[in-house]
Amino acid sequence: MNNNDEIMIRAEALTKKYGEFTAVDGINFSVKKGESFGLLGPNGAGKSTTMRMIAAVSKRSGGELTILGKDPDRDGPDIRAHLGVVPQTDNLDTEIKVKDNLYVYGRYFGLPGKFLREKSRDLLEFAQLTEKADAKVDTLSGGMKRRLTIARALINEPDILLLDEPTTGLDPQARHILWDRLFRLKEEGVTQVITTHYMDEAEQLCDRLIVIDQGKIMAEGSPAELIQRYSSREVAELRFGSDRNATAADKLADLGDRMEILPDRILIYADNGEAVLEAVASRGFKPLTSLVRRSSLEDVFLRLTGRSLVE
Amino acid sequence: MSSSSLEKKALSGAAVHFGERRSSKAGMFGAWYAAEHRLLTMRAFVSTIVATSIFNPLMYLFALGVGIGSYVDRGAGGALFGVSYLTFVGPALLASASINAVFEETSYPVMGGFKWTREFYAMHAAPLRPDQIASGVLIAAIIRSVFTVLVFWIMLRLFGTLPSPRAILVLPAAVLCGLGIGSVMAALAASLKDDDGWFAMINRMVIAPMFLFSGTFYPLEQMPVWIRWIGWMSPLWHAADFGRWAGFDHTVEPWLVIVHAAYLIALAGFGWFLAARQFARRLEE
Ligand SMILES: Nc1ncnc2c1ncn2[C@@H]1O[C@H](COP(=O)(O)OP(=O)(O)O)[C@@H](O)[C@H]1O
Ligand SMILES: [Mg+2]
Repeated sequence: MNNNDEIMIRAEALTKKYGEFTAVDGINFSVKKGESFGLLGPNGAGKSTTMRMIAAVSKRSGGELTILGKDPDRDGPDIRAHLGVVPQTDNLDTEIKVKDNLYVYGRYFGLPGKFLREKSRDLLEFAQLTEKADAKVDTLSGGMKRRLTIARALINEPDILLLDEPTTGLDPQARHILWDRLFRLKEEGVTQVITTHYMDEAEQLCDRLIVIDQGKIMAEGSPAELIQRYSSREVAELRFGSDRNATAADKLADLGDRMEILPDRILIYADNGEAVLEAVASRGFKPLTSLVRRSSLEDVFLRLTGRSLVE
Repeated sequence: MSSSSLEKKALSGAAVHFGERRSSKAGMFGAWYAAEHRLLTMRAFVSTIVATSIFNPLMYLFALGVGIGSYVDRGAGGALFGVSYLTFVGPALLASASINAVFEETSYPVMGGFKWTREFYAMHAAPLRPDQIASGVLIAAIIRSVFTVLVFWIMLRLFGTLPSPRAILVLPAAVLCGLGIGSVMAALAASLKDDDGWFAMINRMVIAPMFLFSGTFYPLEQMPVWIRWIGWMSPLWHAADFGRWAGFDHTVEPWLVIVHAAYLIALAGFGWFLAARQFARRLEE
């Protein structure tokens, strides 16, 4: 149990088909104990589908999947007893009180009432919802509902916490509160699997991640490794106005390591972004706006697929 | 309390409740845990449920006992098997009240549990199996039906329309009748992605004709033969005829009494099986 290399989840050639359509197309990965593992990809990539198979609620169409050493096809309820699930779409009971949501959910695990009342208090404190314990779920903000869902997922002291797009639709402040809570859980050694289409979220929360697109794994590694492998240190972003981006790009193609031409801007990848900007100016080009930033997972995705993560 | 020790407390402790016991326990009682949640939801409507359970029988007792009943009883002079009209319709009304109570628990709430509240997905993410979730819905519906039927039964008994010593058997027949319709309804509701007027249509095209053509207000034999099949198919007729036999010793062939009971049990069993299967299809897709 104390072995940190213990494999919690192992997927081999994992596949999910809906009729003729292949949503998850033979992916391989494994998640170790205590790790925060990410699935980064755009909408429709197959993240939620993968998540539902890991959560032992959706049957795989092919390949192998082992969760906590067990096969979800055979031991679904047994596996689920040790998982905490935060689904993409909230399924809190909005008709009952915040604290009753935790209680009712804990009952599904067969946990006794006395234990649940105590546990709920601690979890509400952790989710910073103590003042809302007696409020109806209806009255909570989006961020509070998300935190309540996370608290609910922890009621059975799970070995693995599954979070499907934990912060989609939240404002920046609510996202940061949530990230902070997830980071605390990580410090406590809770194994987490997180899906997201936000590259900043993946960078913040994940030790290691897979980039998926159209049901296939495009790359795997830590955020830093991926950026190093697939992008340069810095990026110069230039805007010349949408009608002039293409002509400017033609004349600047030799600058930096690589160039991406997007509808509204040009990205030039280089170790030194400022030097690129200087070279652009010395050739007589005056971009409407320009900036230099560090490479991100967004650039990795762009490199791998030629598309942006968030359209 | 420091925030770190708080987190530790939130995340651990009470290890005694965990391990294999956790899931095996849910395995045995899973359906009941699902039912618990349905009952908790029902609690919000408990006053309206109690009010309708009391008002509804009173309304029928008054309209059919005092109104139509006194008219029929004077005119037909006990043509209805030598009992008062209220006595005759009582067991059928009881079964019909059960159908309505169960229908309310297995139509919209089941579709909504998949579509709006998504509560069934929450239960399924925990160790509950789809068949346990379906069973939980049906168990909660049975509890509501038992309450409704019991109130009605007590009133009929007080009015003296259930004189037989075996009148207690009217209760399970009525509950099974509601369950038969309700479980099939739950299976259908679990397969619907959208309402699209289905429930209203079933109410008008299935429940209402059944109410009118199942020998509820007059003996099925009054009907032309070519329309009696509605009654033979209808759990309401089986429950009503059985209820008349049990409630006031109305003469029914022994083999038919057995057919009534068998039909009610078989339909409830079939519906339950169907509901469990449809819940699994929907939850595991
Ligand atoms: N129940 C389903 N039936 C048919 N197709 C589905 C179903 N669920 C998801 N899909 C399809 O599978 C693909 C992947 O979906 P999903 O896993 O939800 O992607 P993501 O979570 O990455 O946005 C999408 O094209 C989606 O339309
Ligand atoms: Mg998704």
